[in-house]
Amino acid sequence: MCTYINEKARIFGSAKGPSGWVKVDTANVYFDHPYHAPLDHALGIDFVDESSGSPQRVAVEISAESARRLVAKILAALESGEAAHAIEPEPTEMALDVR
Amino acid sequence: MTYEGLIGGEVEFTGHNGDTGNAYHARPTAEGRVPGVVVIHHAPGWDEWCAEVCRKFAQHGYAAIAPNLYFRDGPGAPDDVAAKVRARGGVPDDQVVGDVNGAARWLRAQDNSSGKVGVIGFCSGGRQTYLVACVGEGFDAAVNCWGGNVVVDDPSLLTPQRPVAPIEYTATLSCPVLGLFGNDDPNPSPEHVNRLEAALKEHGKVYEFHRYDGAGHAFMSWYRPHYRVEQSNDAWKKVLDFYGRVLRAA
Repeated sequence: MCTYINEKARIFGSAKGPSGWVKVDTANVYFDHPYHAPLDHALGIDFVDESSGSPQRVAVEISAESARRLVAKILAALESGEAAHAIEPEPTEMALDVR
Repeated sequence: MTYEGLIGGEVEFTGHNGDTGNAYHARPTAEGRVPGVVVIHHAPGWDEWCAEVCRKFAQHGYAAIAPNLYFRDGPGAPDDVAAKVRARGGVPDDQVVGDVNGAARWLRAQDNSSGKVGVIGFCSGGRQTYLVACVGEGFDAAVNCWGGNVVVDDPSLLTPQRPVAPIEYTATLSCPVLGLFGNDDPNPSPEHVNRLEAALKEHGKVYEFHRYDGAGHAFMSWYRPHYRVEQSNDAWKKVLDFYGRVLRAA
């Protein structure tokens, strides 16, 4: 079923699309029929800059299994990377209301 | 067997609140009056599939129009526009009804219109088809292709955009309904289809349901892995037979 279920994460950073690097402040995350990936359902993420109202987005559609692998690798990279750099999360990040 | 000529392209129509939107339209080029069909696109947007479906109906002697229900969020690639619509929770039901009514009025205003207009929708468009068949402006036939959330168990799925489960409007359904469903579909599940059928029976409505084994959601979408050729071919026959009987009746 096509749904409108959408998990919205506030983020801080940049993404690179067809026109180059852009600021992004939101990741819209959903699990639904993909547009391009040859799957019945896919985990989709749209990186956008909601505050500017820009129509640009950087999008991915990946399988559920891929998404779970990606989540694990993101957490692993964060853990080892923050340890290697001996850093704490930046204040900008801590000020964000991450839902 | 002959293949009649057809013509297709974009047109403008007047939708909800008098807003001007764009739509894809295809019709036979042969002389004579023909029935119309409004094609409601699925949640991923006003994509190539909609235009293909319109041309198929035109090939079979219908004037078809697929209104872009996301025109207020465009222009742009269908997937990008659909992403914007998704991010804000989808299009409101009353706006959809207004736009689909407007598309039907556009068809009836054409010189080649027989006056009869059906509606067909896929996936979320199947739900919207059932909705407009109940509360829209006098449709003559409706084809609900695997519309999910016509029956709603989880109240959290009732949102400001979609405040009422369409099954609740069944008493006001004003035309025959054809329903096409895959028995492996989780939404609408076979149990939801049973409940919708029970509601139609309870209210004495004219309907035909066809449920396909070995098929799940969107089994007629030839470009996806869940495409099922045998079931899809049979379902297209059912659609054309249904519209032939209902929309071409004197």
